[in-house]
Amino acid sequence: MTQELKISAKNLNVFYGKKQALFDINLNIYANEVTSLIGPSGCGKSTLIKCFNRMNDLVDICKYSGQIMIDGQDINHPSTDPVSLRTRIGMVFQKPNPFPKSLYDNIAYGPRLHGMFNTKEDLDEIVVSSLQKAGLFNEVKDRLFEPGTGLSGGQQQRLCIARALAVNPEIILMDEPCSALDPIATAKIEELIEELKEKYTIVIVTHSMQQAARVSNRTAYMHMGELIETGLTKNIFSNPEHAKTQDYITGRIG
Amino acid sequence: MISHEINMNIEFIILSLIGLTAYSFLIGRKKALALSSLKNVIIHSQPYYHGLHSALITIFPASILLVLWSWIESSIFSINLREYFKDITDPALADFYISGVINYVGGVDQKIMDHVNFMSAVNYYETTMQMNLVLKGIIIIFLTLIVSRYSLKLIAADFKARDLVENIVIRVMRYASIFAIVITVGIVLSLLFETLKFFESVAVSEFLFGTHWSPQMSIREDQVGSSGSFGAVPVFTGTLLISFIAMLVAGPIGLFSAIYLSQYASTKVRSIAKPIIEVLAGIPTVVYGFFAVITVGPFFREMGIFFDIDNFSSESALIAGSVLGIMIIPFVASLTDDALSAVPQSLKEGSLAMGATLSETTSKVIIPASFHGIAGSFLLAFSRAIGETMIVVMAAGFAANLTANPFNAVTTVTVQIVGLLTGDQEFNSAKTLSAFALAFVLFFLTLILNIISLTIVNKYREQYE
Amino acid sequence: MNSIIKRNQSEKRFKFYGILAVATAIILLMILLFKIFSTGISAFNQTYIGVKIQIEANSDVSNLDPRRELKRNLRAMFPDVKTRSEKKNLYSIFSNGAYYEFQEMLDNYDGKKIDGYYYFLASDDVDMYVKGTVKRKGNSAGRIQSSQMIYIDMFKNMNLIELKYNKYLLGASDSRDPELAGILGAIYGSLYAILIAFITSFPLGILTAVYLEKLASRNRFSDLIETNINNLAAVPSIVFGLLGLAIFLNFFDLPRSASLVGGLTLGLMTLPTIVIASRSAIKSVPPSIEEASIGLGSSKIQTIFNFTLPLAMPGILTGTIIGMARAIGETAPLLMIGMVAFIVDIPRSPMDAATALPVQIFLWQDSPERAFVERTSAAIMVLLLFLFVLNITAVYLRKKLEKKW
Repeated sequence: MTQELKISAKNLNVFYGKKQALFDINLNIYANEVTSLIGPSGCGKSTLIKCFNRMNDLVDICKYSGQIMIDGQDINHPSTDPVSLRTRIGMVFQKPNPFPKSLYDNIAYGPRLHGMFNTKEDLDEIVVSSLQKAGLFNEVKDRLFEPGTGLSGGQQQRLCIARALAVNPEIILMDEPCSALDPIATAKIEELIEELKEKYTIVIVTHSMQQAARVSNRTAYMHMGELIETGLTKNIFSNPEHAKTQDYITGRIG
Repeated sequence: MISHEINMNIEFIILSLIGLTAYSFLIGRKKALALSSLKNVIIHSQPYYHGLHSALITIFPASILLVLWSWIESSIFSINLREYFKDITDPALADFYISGVINYVGGVDQKIMDHVNFMSAVNYYETTMQMNLVLKGIIIIFLTLIVSRYSLKLIAADFKARDLVENIVIRVMRYASIFAIVITVGIVLSLLFETLKFFESVAVSEFLFGTHWSPQMSIREDQVGSSGSFGAVPVFTGTLLISFIAMLVAGPIGLFSAIYLSQYASTKVRSIAKPIIEVLAGIPTVVYGFFAVITVGPFFREMGIFFDIDNFSSESALIAGSVLGIMIIPFVASLTDDALSAVPQSLKEGSLAMGATLSETTSKVIIPASFHGIAGSFLLAFSRAIGETMIVVMAAGFAANLTANPFNAVTTVTVQIVGLLTGDQEFNSAKTLSAFALAFVLFFLTLILNIISLTIVNKYREQYE
Repeated sequence: MNSIIKRNQSEKRFKFYGILAVATAIILLMILLFKIFSTGISAFNQTYIGVKIQIEANSDVSNLDPRRELKRNLRAMFPDVKTRSEKKNLYSIFSNGAYYEFQEMLDNYDGKKIDGYYYFLASDDVDMYVKGTVKRKGNSAGRIQSSQMIYIDMFKNMNLIELKYNKYLLGASDSRDPELAGILGAIYGSLYAILIAFITSFPLGILTAVYLEKLASRNRFSDLIETNINNLAAVPSIVFGLLGLAIFLNFFDLPRSASLVGGLTLGLMTLPTIVIASRSAIKSVPPSIEEASIGLGSSKIQTIFNFTLPLAMPGILTGTIIGMARAIGETAPLLMIGMVAFIVDIPRSPMDAATALPVQIFLWQDSPERAFVERTSAAIMVLLLFLFVLNITAVYLRKKLEKKW
C-alpha cells in the first residue's frame, strides 16, 4: 500500500522561550486520510499542528529545531513564503471565528485575497460550492448576505470550514473543532470530515478519544510534548504498544 | 485702643471647638470601653465608634453655627459700615473704603484714609467687632459643651454608634459623588447665565451666522449697545481649520503608529516605543506653543520662501495646526491602539491561517472590525484639538479671518476667550460677555462630540460581549 | 491569482508606513526636547564683569550709596572717561542688579581693606553678546552700540569677563530685566496651587469613587453621575477657568491672582481624573479578599477602609500623580482666574497674588527682550524636570502595585 506522504516532521523540537514544548517529534501524515492527534491537556498537540502552517511564527518567543516537509519541501526554508504556504493549508479553530461580515463575504474573503476568480459568477460559484461542501448551503441559502455572527455555534463552525475550503487547500488542520459544540452539531461535523477526506488531507486535534476512534484513519498519541505512539487507529485503540498509550486509552491518565 | 480684657478672637473659638471635639472622642471612647468590660454586657459597637460618634455630634452643629454666624456678621457689618460712607455714590469705591477700615482694625494696613468718617467708622467697627466676637465665642462654646454632654449621655450598650457613624460616612460619600453633578451644573449655569446676558445686546442669529468679528466695548457708559460686531463665524471656521489641519497631521501618524505597534512590533519594541510616544502627551501645551514660535514657525517660513509661497503669515493656521497635531498624536495612537487590541485574536488568526498577509489582515479584517472604536477615538482627538488653548494663543493670530487658506492667520474660539478675558474687564459689557457665549458654544460642542464618540465606542464593544 | 510578489510588496510598504509613523513621532519629540535643552542650557550661566574695587580699611560704609560707589570705582578704572555720554555708556554695560550686588558686598564688609577685582552682573544685552546668541557686526551687536562696545572690548582684553552661575534664575522672582528674572515666585505659586488642588480633589475623588463603585445601587441616578464624571474629564481646561472666574472670583469674592483660587480651579479640573483612576483601582481589588472580610463579620464600610482602599491605594496614587502632573502644566485656567499679572514678590501664602510656572513661561515667551528666549527654555526645562520626577514616581508605584499580588 503506497500511501502518499503529505506532511512529515523530522526531529522537531519546539521551544517557547526557555520552556520546551515539543521533544524530538517524528511524525508522518499521509494524503487523503484523517490523522488524529490525541493526548491529555498540555501535551503539545495544538503546538504541533500550528507548526504545519507556521502559525507559531506569530509568537515571537517560539523557536524550533528540526524539519517539517510538506510534499517533500522544507516549509521552514528561507525561500518558503508562509503566506502562500497557508493557502495550501486551511485551519479550523477551537472556537468558531467568523469575520464580522456577511456569510458571503466571509467565504469570498480568501478567493478575493488570492485572486482566484475572473468574474462575479465565478466567485458566486466558489461561495456556493464551498457552502455545499461544508453541508451548510441549504440551511443558509436565503441569508447569504446576513452577518456570519448570527448563526448558531455549529453553523458558525461549518461556515469556518466552508471558508477554509474556499481557497482550495490540500490540507485541512482542525484544532479541537467540536469542543465548543453540542452533540448534534458535532455529529454533523464528523459526517463532514468523513466526506472531506476523499479530497483533502485532514489532521484533527481532539480531546475526545471516541471522536478520534470515530473519524480518523491514523492516530498519534502525545504525552508531555513527546510523540509516544502512532499507527492505524484500529490498532492504537485495540492493541497499543506503549504502556502510556494504554494508560490513556483506558482512562488511567487523562 | 483694642480692649485686652477679654481677648477673644476667632482662633480661640476654633481651638476650643477642636479641643471639645477631641474631649468628646476620648471620653466617649473611655466610657464605652468601661461599659464593654462589664461582664454581663454585650456592647453593639466598638468603643472607637462611640468616641467617633460623640466627636461628630459635637463638632457638627458648632461648625455650622460658626459659619452661619460669620456669614451673617460680615453682611451686617458691610451694611452698617456703608452708612458711614453713604456720601459715596460709586459702590466699588465705597467697598474700597470699607475694606480700608477692616484692614486698619485688623492691623494689616496702617493707612488712615482720606475721608471724614474714616476714624469714626474705625471706632465703630473695632468696638462692635470685639463685642461680637465675645458673644460669638461664649454662645458657641457653651452650646458645644451642652451638645458634648448630651452625646456622651447617649452611650449605652445597645446604642448603635457604629451604624450611625457609618451612615454619616455613607452620606458624606454620597454628597461627594453628587458634587460631580454640582460641578457640571455649575459650569452650565455660569456659562449660560452670562451667555443669556450677552444675547440681550447681541442677536443670536448675528452671533451664530454673522461673519464679522470685531468685539468692541462701549467707550462711554451711556452709549447704547456696543459699536462692535459679534459675528462668530470666522472664529468658528478658524477653530475648525486649525483642528482639521491638526487631525491631518495626527491622524495618519497616530493610526499607523498604532497599527505598527499593535500588529507588527515585537513586545520589546512596543514596550519602548509606546511610552516614548506617550511622553508627547505629557508635555504641557505651553511648551508646544513655545516650540511653535521658536522652531516650527521659522521652519515653515523658510519652506514658504523656498517654495515661493506668497502671504505666508507667521501666525498661519498651518503652523498652529501642525504643532497642535503633534500634541494630538499620542491621543490618536493610544485610543486607536486600544480599539485595535480589542479585536479578538481569533479573528486575526483566522485571516492569517487563510494565507493573508499581515497588512491584508489588518486592513481587511482588523480595521473594519474595530472601525467604531477608531472612529470614536478620532472624534475624541478632534474634540481635544478644538478645546486646546495655549498652543493656539501663542502660535495663531487674533484677527478673525474668514478663510480656508491654511497659509493665512486665523483665530480660534479659545484665543478669543483668552484675549477678551485677560486684562481689564468690565463684567457687563458685551465684549466680555461674548467670551462666555463663545465658551458656551465650545463646551456644548465638545460635549456633543464626546457623547457621540462614547456612544459609538460602546455600540462597538457590545458586538464582542 | 493575485501575484504573491505584489502582495508581498504591499506588505512591505504597509509595514514601512507603520515604522515611518512611529519614527516620525519619536523624531518630533526628540527635536522638541533638543531645541528646548540646547536653547535653555545657556541660561544657567550669566555674564559677570570684573571691577577693581578699593575701599579703605575700617571705612564707614553705612552712608555709602552703592550706585555712586560702583560708578566711582569704574571711573577709577577708566580715568579717560570724562564726558557724560562716555560715562553713561560705561555704566550701561552693567545691570541694575549690579548695584544690589554691590550693596550686598557693603553689607558683608568686615572692616578689612578691600583692593581687588570683584565681579558684577552685566546687562542682558552684553550677556547675549558674550554668549554668542547675538552676533557681532562690525562694532555693534544687537542693541549694543559701538560706543558701548569699546568698553566691553576693554574689559575683555583685561580678561575681566566671565560666565558665572546664574543665581537669579532659580533664586529670584520675576523682573523686567531679564538678567535679574527668576522663576522662584512662579515655583512657589505652582506649589501652593498644586497643594490646594490635591487637598481639594484627592479626598473628594476617593470618596466619590468608593461610593460609586461599592455603595451606590446601580440605578439611573448613579449612571447619571457616572456619565457626568466621564464627560467632565473631557471638558476643555479653559472652561474650568471660566467656572473658576464665575464662582470663586465673582461669587465668593476670593482674591484674584491668588494661588488659592488657582488651586481650587485646578482641583475641580483634576477631580474627574482621580475618580476615574480610583474606580479602576478599586475595581481591580480581588473580590475574594472582600468576601473573606465580610465572612468574618466586618461591615461593608469596615471592609472598604480596612482592605479595599489600602489595596487599591497604589493604583489610586498613580492616577492622582498623573492627574497632578497634568494640572501642573496647565496654563489656560490660570489665565482666566488672573494668575497672569507681573508679580515681583514671592508669595508667602496661598492667599497672596502669585503666578505659576507655566504662566511664567507664557509671559516670558511674550517678552521682547532676546535674553528671555533662553530663560523661557530654562524655565521649561525646570517644569519638564518636575513632570519627569512625578511620572517616574507614578511608574515606580505602578511597579510596586504589580508586586503585591
